[in-house]
Amino acid sequence: MDLVSNSRLERVLKSGRFAVTAELDAPDSANPDDVYKNALVLSEVCDAINATDAAGANCHMSSMGCCALLTRAGYEPILQVGCRDRNRIAIQGDLLGAAAMGVNTVLCITGDDVSNGDQPEAKRVFDFDSIQLLQVVRTMRDKGVLLSGRKLSTKPRFFIGAVENPFAPPYDWRPLRLAKKAQAGAEFIQTQYCFDMPRFKQFMQRVCDLGLDKRVYILAGVGPLRSFKGAEFMRDRVPGVWIPDDLMHRMEKTPKNKQTTEGKQICIEIIQQVREIAGVAGVHVMAYRQEEMVADIIQKAGLLPRKINQN
Amino acid sequence: MSISPLKEARRAPGSEWLKNHPRFLEQTYLISKRFIAKTYPWMQKLSPRIANKLMVRSEEVLKGWAFNCQMCGQCILHSTGMTCPMNCPKNLRNGPCGGVRHNGNCEVMPDMPCVWVQAWERSQHMTVYVNDIQTLQPPVNRSLQGTSSWANMLDGKDMQTPKGWG
Ligand code: SF4
Repeated sequence: MDLVSNSRLERVLKSGRFAVTAELDAPDSANPDDVYKNALVLSEVCDAINATDAAGANCHMSSMGCCALLTRAGYEPILQVGCRDRNRIAIQGDLLGAAAMGVNTVLCITGDDVSNGDQPEAKRVFDFDSIQLLQVVRTMRDKGVLLSGRKLSTKPRFFIGAVENPFAPPYDWRPLRLAKKAQAGAEFIQTQYCFDMPRFKQFMQRVCDLGLDKRVYILAGVGPLRSFKGAEFMRDRVPGVWIPDDLMHRMEKTPKNKQTTEGKQICIEIIQQVREIAGVAGVHVMAYRQEEMVADIIQKAGLLPRKINQN
Repeated sequence: MSISPLKEARRAPGSEWLKNHPRFLEQTYLISKRFIAKTYPWMQKLSPRIANKLMVRSEEVLKGWAFNCQMCGQCILHSTGMTCPMNCPKNLRNGPCGGVRHNGNCEVMPDMPCVWVQAWERSQHMTVYVNDIQTLQPPVNRSLQGTSSWANMLDGKDMQTPKGWG
């Protein structure tokens, strides 16, 4: 196996196994135990844990902070690097720090806008866009230089990821944009929540036609709907999430006290469906502050055990 | 929700007619490029200071009206369907973010069509630069903000990238 990093996720993907990643929601706390508590549940059921970077532009413990804690305890974190809050100098410095702390995997994202977060008065940075960021990370790793050209005495060894949203317009550009991300250095992709199966299949078809499934590993984003109300909120208020009408009806028809179970069931079905789609190399499970439920879903979808430590 | 002056300005960006005729603009771009390349050096010989001022002012006025130009000083309009990417509130240069709304409007400004949805559609109607939207655009050189992209194009300043850029 030709490995570019020490990333466990890279090993799993390159060995051809179906990968599972999950999202750890950073606490509003300065207590490391709040991170470890959540990580403990997730680490049993996934290959790597995403530490979110102020997701939804809500301030929480930084991705960097969470990753530092996680590597110390031997977990495998994915550092999320957003372009919203830091300029190029801060980002490159953070990447070096992360590598030094044992972070092996990074995910380059644009970032949700500040207007959705808890502090909409904040200044937007967006010095890089996510594609430029990808190329900078790859250049640091492969050529061992900063953007300025200054040499690094030790290169950071990262497995590099990006995100894509097949469910947002312009739909016919999305696969080509994925190609641009691959060209800039993306080696794996985590997608936005998959609810719209026909759209996702169309997207994957085009991705495979372009041969992109051979260049990047694609992890389909999935997650449970908590209730009908929750689904409405996600569809209307969370940027980039689309839930088709048939699923909305299915949730609405379900009695209130069974909606959570139904939402979980839908998620399990979606995991089983995406597994059958050509080009899908894994799933990325997200459920805001519901780590136990994530573990349960992964188990019920038949994705356990995750024998990842042995190689 | 209150609307800041900046948001207001972005609500009526440029001339809609012009932006919906990308092929016409493409030709205009090619012609003006040649025109500027001929006249600017000559103007510079007379007075570099005035030449520069003239460029900045005319670019501000003309491109400001036509594209709601933000004077980033490194124009890539012809690669983005003649739609100014600096009008994207996230300043993206390589395509849309993942937040584009189901109706094609911007995540940040719900009433504004996403700059990149328009850029994509318009670029597909172009003939010369139809594939340029796939070009990987380097990070913005923020020190060129407020300068003339025409002058920078002739100097080659707009194409200079940092040493460690790929
Ligand atoms: S929706 Fe479009 S215009 Fe709005 S921030 Fe995202 S890419 Fe920019």
